[in-house]
Amino acid sequence: MLEGPEIQRALTRIAHEVLERTKGAEDVTLLGIPSRGAPLAHRLAERIERVESRTVPCGALDITMYRDDLHLAPARALGRTEIPPEGIDGRVVVLVDDVLFSGRTVRAALDALNDLGRPRAVQLAVLVDRGHRELPVRADYVGKNLPTSLRESVTVLLEETDGLDAVLIGPRRERGGGRTDETRAAGGEEN
Amino acid sequence: MANQNHDGGAYLIRGARPLGGEPADILLRGGTVAAIGAGAAQAADGAAEVDAAGLIALPGLVDLHTHLREPGREDAETVAGGCRSAAAGGYTAVHAMANTDPVADTAGVVEQVWRLGRDSGLCDVRPVGAVTRGLAGERLAELGAMADSVAGVRVFSDDGMCVSDALLMRRALEYVKAFDGVVAQHAQEPRLTEGAQMNEGEVSDRLGLGGWPAVAEEAIIARDCLLAQHVGSRLHICHVSTKGSVEIIRWAKERGCDVTAEAAPHHLLLTDGLVEDYDPIYKVNPPLRTAEDVRALRQGLADGVIDCVATDHAPHPIEAKETEWSTAAMGMLGLETALSVVHHTMVDTGLLDWSGVAERMSAAPARIGRASGHGRPLAEGEPANLALYDPAAERVVDPAALESKSTNTPYRGMTLPGRVVGTFLRGVPTVLDGKIQ
Amino acid sequence: MRHLLSAGDLTRDEAVLVLDTARELAQVGDRSVKKLPTLRGRTVVNLFYEDSTRTRTSFELAAKRLSADVINFSAKGSSVSKGESLKDTALTLQAMGADGVVIRHSASGAARRLSNWVDGSVLNAGDGTHEHPTQALLDAYTMRERMGRLDGLRVAVVGDVRHSRVARSNVLLLNTLGAQVTLVAPPTLVPVTAGSWPCEVAYDLDAVLPKTDVVMMLRVQAERMKDAYFPTAREYSRRYGLDKERFALLGDDAIVMHPGPMVRGMEISAEVADSPRATVTEQVANGVSVRMAVLYLLLGGSEPAIGN
Repeated sequence: MLEGPEIQRALTRIAHEVLERTKGAEDVTLLGIPSRGAPLAHRLAERIERVESRTVPCGALDITMYRDDLHLAPARALGRTEIPPEGIDGRVVVLVDDVLFSGRTVRAALDALNDLGRPRAVQLAVLVDRGHRELPVRADYVGKNLPTSLRESVTVLLEETDGLDAVLIGPRRERGGGRTDETRAAGGEEN
Repeated sequence: MANQNHDGGAYLIRGARPLGGEPADILLRGGTVAAIGAGAAQAADGAAEVDAAGLIALPGLVDLHTHLREPGREDAETVAGGCRSAAAGGYTAVHAMANTDPVADTAGVVEQVWRLGRDSGLCDVRPVGAVTRGLAGERLAELGAMADSVAGVRVFSDDGMCVSDALLMRRALEYVKAFDGVVAQHAQEPRLTEGAQMNEGEVSDRLGLGGWPAVAEEAIIARDCLLAQHVGSRLHICHVSTKGSVEIIRWAKERGCDVTAEAAPHHLLLTDGLVEDYDPIYKVNPPLRTAEDVRALRQGLADGVIDCVATDHAPHPIEAKETEWSTAAMGMLGLETALSVVHHTMVDTGLLDWSGVAERMSAAPARIGRASGHGRPLAEGEPANLALYDPAAERVVDPAALESKSTNTPYRGMTLPGRVVGTFLRGVPTVLDGKIQ
Repeated sequence: MRHLLSAGDLTRDEAVLVLDTARELAQVGDRSVKKLPTLRGRTVVNLFYEDSTRTRTSFELAAKRLSADVINFSAKGSSVSKGESLKDTALTLQAMGADGVVIRHSASGAARRLSNWVDGSVLNAGDGTHEHPTQALLDAYTMRERMGRLDGLRVAVVGDVRHSRVARSNVLLLNTLGAQVTLVAPPTLVPVTAGSWPCEVAYDLDAVLPKTDVVMMLRVQAERMKDAYFPTAREYSRRYGLDKERFALLGDDAIVMHPGPMVRGMEISAEVADSPRATVTEQVANGVSVRMAVLYLLLGGSEPAIGN
């Protein structure tokens, strides 16, 4: 659905939007949600730095331990959590993820943030918003809105993790059936 | 119900194969084998017929090593219950070990056990007397009084405990000569087995269970063989479990020592690998050993170095086994599975034929225990003690289906060959159609 | 339901998963809120038949950091001390709905027996002289953190191997993870068949130390002396104790580990125990992370991700 150049353009646009909305991104900390949110956060950070010639703290926030569906699948491997040395207290944290779907991942991320400190504000950037929210969550920055059916799945591939950039739509994979959940499957699936 | 002096009923057993040979009819009357072979049917004269086509007729089995638990542990087994087990297993005589509570170390206790056996009517119970008072290994029990009692004790053993004091063992060996007794030694050097939980070897080291070295058994056997030869006494070795023990007994016999030995069925089949899951159903003294030991025991039994099979039938209540390994009781049931295990391990492997089985499970133990009237050939005029065994049958061992009060059989769920169909004690059926009479 | 009964139950992938997970969870100890909601609503029972404040506290803290409800069932002051059988206790825990049971028991195999009687996951926190898998995991974790790798690492385990559950679990786990283990002890304290284990056996500590990256000193109990495993504490210490002179035989990067509690003077001298190359306190901290990882991987999902 999306190819390399479109993904790049979408990220560049998000970077500019972040700059605009946060008035220069001075207090911004980018936190990617593993696995594919983390490289996306880094790409955003690079773009913001290019424009402003200033480093933007960037890290990763694994939300596995905060998921509300842990009991539906075997315990899964944890992603990395890396909080930049500045911490998150008083910062504008922009959570970065590949796909926004039910909103449950974001809910978990908000819980995780709560245990880590007290940001001044939290915003959400996603590469793809495919709809079908189950919680009152919306993204502040969206790369592309992709209306999908519940019978479909959206898969994001990234150069850093998969060797190429692409967003694919395919038939839905069964969840919770054995160990082939999104941490093992090729490509990240929406949460 | 059958009474041991009952001589009323006569039985014509049709078509059984004595010692696995050609089919023959056997007529039992007046407590003896009245006729066998061609003439039996003509002489039957109103005798009840038992169809025994395809069944093997063996002399009634004799167990040299049975724990009946009474007096003291009637929750595990009683003499009457143990006799049911024995009959169901084809046995007509068992030797009841002395480690009861109170210990069978006086004429009074052995006579009590003997009477309880007689009252059961299912099996002759020959009490074993303790060698030392209270099995404490310190002072001799009144061996002569037990020998002279109505129980007529001839086998003395501290089984469960080893007579480890060399001098005391020498005295016991000497003393029992006066009444043709035999000391049956539980060979276990106590210091070498402090804290021992299972055979010392690869499995025990991995499982972190205290090791029971083979040498603890072998050292005592070697010592006692030398002692017995020195004083010219009879010695019997209980439940031989290691290859080294077989070799030592072979050597002792070759140099003229009057030693006999027994092997337990479980030591002919099971190995220490079964302990892997820490299920105490496999906890026994002496412990299950290695496959190499099992092979050596089978060969020793085939060669006659091991004279007989003795069950070491040891009933324990469920709570004594449903616990962690170290606190569980040692011992397993054996009477009702012994013949099947011997069939499986010795006959099916070609190591023994059925006359060999009769020798190892009836004649030899009767000889060692001086159990007169038992272990006799299947011949005219002999006491009518016999077992009918269906070698073609198969059964999955179900603890609940056993006659014993306890259920601690290590063969649970295993498929074993054969089935005891009938047992006759002095001409009276104690088991018919596989059911206790 | 799956359990962690033996370090040998873990495949290489599973063991690495535990260590990686522990590494992530170690961060929780540095946060302001030292708690994760992961095991909310799950019940973990610490069933301790032996006094072991440090292991029990470590498991308790690990479970609490994951928000599990923790019940301590210790031998003292409970029906356990009134002679209730392990099976009956197990049925009681079962009725209470324990999702996980952490058991410490003086009998080898107690954890395996327990696993037959409860539906929950059983974690062996030390059974007699058999195994102590989480100790081996925290040891491996500590080695990996300090040395950066486990593959090819040369580890000497010194002391009462015969009676040590720590040694048994370490031999199995370190072998799985590619380290080379050498057991060093007087022959009386080495199991007769240790030659068949996936490790080397040596009797001369001085010869082993120069070729060693990690020395793990095991506790030697004084009562072993009474049973004639060695003549005197002094002779043991002279031949197998890790003092300053022996410590100097080690390479400069080598570390010294001890599962605790230490007997200073006999098996390890005070200078060595307090050296920055001794990892004793790190091991304690790492123990919490590793136990969190194990609890999460066994209880966190619909079914355990490790063990059997």
